[in-house]
Amino acid sequence: MSDTTNILVVGTGGQGVMTATEILAEAAIAFGHDVKKTEVAGMAQRGGVVSSHLRFGKRVLSPQISPGTADLLLGFEAAEGMRWRHMLRPDGLALMNTGRLVPPVVDLGLFEYPDDPVAAVRAAGTRVFSFDASAIAKELGDIRLGNTVMLGAIADHLPFSPEVLEQCILRRFASKKPELIELNRRAFAAGRAAAAQAAAAN
Amino acid sequence: MSALPGAATWPAPAHSRHLMSGNDAVARAVWEAGVRVAAGYPGTPATEMLEVISSYPDIYSEWSVNEKVSLEVAFGAAMAGSRSFCAMKHVGMNVASDALMTITLTGVAGGLVIAVADDVGLSSSQNEQDSRYWGRFAHLPLLEPADSQEAHDFTLAAFELSERFQVPVIVRMTTRVCHVKGLVTVGERTARPVAGFTKDAARWVMVPGAAGRRLPLMFERENRLRAEAEVSPLNVIEMGSDRRVGFITSGPAYMHVRESFPAAPVLKLGFSCPVPFDLVRSFAAQCDRLVVVEEVEPLIETEVKAQGIAVHGKDILPRSGELAPSVLKPALAKLLGESLSPPEKAVSKFAPLPVFPRPPTMCVACPHLGVYYTLAQLRNVTISGDIGCYTLGFGQPWNALDACVSMGASMGMALGLDKGRAEAEEDKKIVAVIGDSTFMHMGMQGLLDIVYNRGNVTVMILDNRAVGMTGGQNNPGTGRGIHGEDAPRVDFATLVKALGVAEERVHVIDPYELPTLFKTLRQETKIAEPSVIITNQPCVLGEDYHARKPFQVLEDVCTGCGNCVDVGCPAIHVTRRDTVVKANGKEVARSFVRIESPACTGCGLCVQPCAPDAIVHVPALAMPIHVVKTS
Repeated sequence: MSDTTNILVVGTGGQGVMTATEILAEAAIAFGHDVKKTEVAGMAQRGGVVSSHLRFGKRVLSPQISPGTADLLLGFEAAEGMRWRHMLRPDGLALMNTGRLVPPVVDLGLFEYPDDPVAAVRAAGTRVFSFDASAIAKELGDIRLGNTVMLGAIADHLPFSPEVLEQCILRRFASKKPELIELNRRAFAAGRAAAAQAAAAN
Repeated sequence: MSALPGAATWPAPAHSRHLMSGNDAVARAVWEAGVRVAAGYPGTPATEMLEVISSYPDIYSEWSVNEKVSLEVAFGAAMAGSRSFCAMKHVGMNVASDALMTITLTGVAGGLVIAVADDVGLSSSQNEQDSRYWGRFAHLPLLEPADSQEAHDFTLAAFELSERFQVPVIVRMTTRVCHVKGLVTVGERTARPVAGFTKDAARWVMVPGAAGRRLPLMFERENRLRAEAEVSPLNVIEMGSDRRVGFITSGPAYMHVRESFPAAPVLKLGFSCPVPFDLVRSFAAQCDRLVVVEEVEPLIETEVKAQGIAVHGKDILPRSGELAPSVLKPALAKLLGESLSPPEKAVSKFAPLPVFPRPPTMCVACPHLGVYYTLAQLRNVTISGDIGCYTLGFGQPWNALDACVSMGASMGMALGLDKGRAEAEEDKKIVAVIGDSTFMHMGMQGLLDIVYNRGNVTVMILDNRAVGMTGGQNNPGTGRGIHGEDAPRVDFATLVKALGVAEERVHVIDPYELPTLFKTLRQETKIAEPSVIITNQPCVLGEDYHARKPFQVLEDVCTGCGNCVDVGCPAIHVTRRDTVVKANGKEVARSFVRIESPACTGCGLCVQPCAPDAIVHVPALAMPIHVVKTS
């Protein structure tokens, strides 16, 4: 199905990976695409690995992205981006947050956190745009904005306009928390700028 | 866009199109079908069906104490002539099956649909069983939707079928239907008049004579259902141009087949039990050979083979897990003696980069942390565990759970470990650990057995006032019903005393008070009588939990003793490690730590074992703007 776009969004439980994918799905629907979205989450709400698959196009059959066929990989956490790099097609693009979430198994000394996940992905031959979305979110005042920063980062790499994606994000706050609209607008813009800067540096 | 509770228009208007999970879609169809009673017990991946149903108007919905009760409630409503619905995960049907195996004899008056969700690929379960066996075992019709739209449409079809044949109908879901979101066009709701209960002992009272008279009716019904499956619009033949291999498939495996082999003929069985053999034969005649693609057991395959129709199936496909395109394509290429296309070959060489595992962990400040920290200190003990968040206690750093098989099993297993102990293990302590909801689901009977048979077991009921692992649903221990409304709340201490545990052997303890917890646990495990320790702090993800002032580590005071790391809180991070040689010549490993203060909610568990008092409150000025609760 060559007309299908495959986006893999990955991170850890609690980072908002599933919500981000849902917003991407809503934007794809707004452009008239058929959409399927699925997670390999397991007991993810307990801080485990989350990988969310989004496929959209004329008609989507299997909800799962096969290894080596993702067009875009959006990594909410550095090592998680590295974990799922094999899902990208050879000329696919990885957008990676360099922010780290160190799990207890690493703190306990049972495993090592990779020295430089971005470098490892790059060394494996994958194109990467990386930026510290966690730091950007904290600077804006709330780590939870990381989700919107990441969506900003992917916005200019989608087969539809960034404005619609932004509207899909802001719409979520319109009814419940209008005070967060401006903050999310800034987070989205900061994500776009961070990805553009990373692209220029590449 | 989202057709979810809280949307501007709820329920979403008929003929509108929404992004819905399979569970959302089933819930919508249950409402459209005019169902009056819906019951279930939470369990991944089935939970959201009941959760979403509870937000629709005009339906009585409940969290039942276990799946068997939920099926009995739904069946009762169906006897009364109401349409009713029941949802559970695959292992839930094991519990409910006692009722199931007899309600297939009585049949139903109002439509009864049972949605069973199989966890194909074991993302969140203790086994991977195929619920389609229940259709065969109980001689019931079974439908297998492949995506969200079908989950909606098949649920409606199931109610029609149920009423036409007066039979409970099973809708077999899998994780890849329950949790996949796709576009669904929803329909109108039709209210149904309720006929009322008709007294009919020969039908509803299943004593041996009456049950025996209904057996032939059940078999006759099965024949009629097979004839119905032969002509059902849910079973579809899609002819293709490449007839070398024809696929017989059901459920989400259909999507994977269609994706992988766009030109192949496919017989899609939506109404897959009883299998329509004539349809299979007519399909077989049009293909060079057949492959059955079903998740997970070879059921259709075995039955079709018994009809003398040659098919491939589990001889070329895996016996477990999902049959995704990445599994199907290589298997079929091998069968046909072909090589994979060049891009697919390239993909198979694209190996994953090595990254540490990230197993699920307990939450920051979880009350279970104190329990497992304490259990880990206990020597010469076997810990019988159960199903819930606290199962995670088997892992690092606690290693304090030795067995886990099924809901409530911690009790019976503990008694067996006690009675079956080896002579050399006379002093071994036996502890059983179970959560509040699991205790009420199936644990109470086990505890009664321990008491009645004078077991030497210390039982810990970890009452966190929530079904934690599935997202904090209410239960009889929370004091709230499915809508969050007030409900009678069980008193665990009174309950276990009523079961016969001696008053002085029952303790209610704050799990954040480590010394009391340790003292009580040590004392009770020494006494050769049943005892119960109930911990009483709420789940940190629930509304009953209130975050307190966060802590930090004074770097210059930390001696690297690592005691706090043994608590297992994910907010504690090791900043550096080293080893020093002590005065006595012993080498000691040190772990210096920091606390991720924005994530810390001030439970104070790590403060208690800290030898040098290096853990102190974060000064007020340095408080983060938002205290983020990590989950």
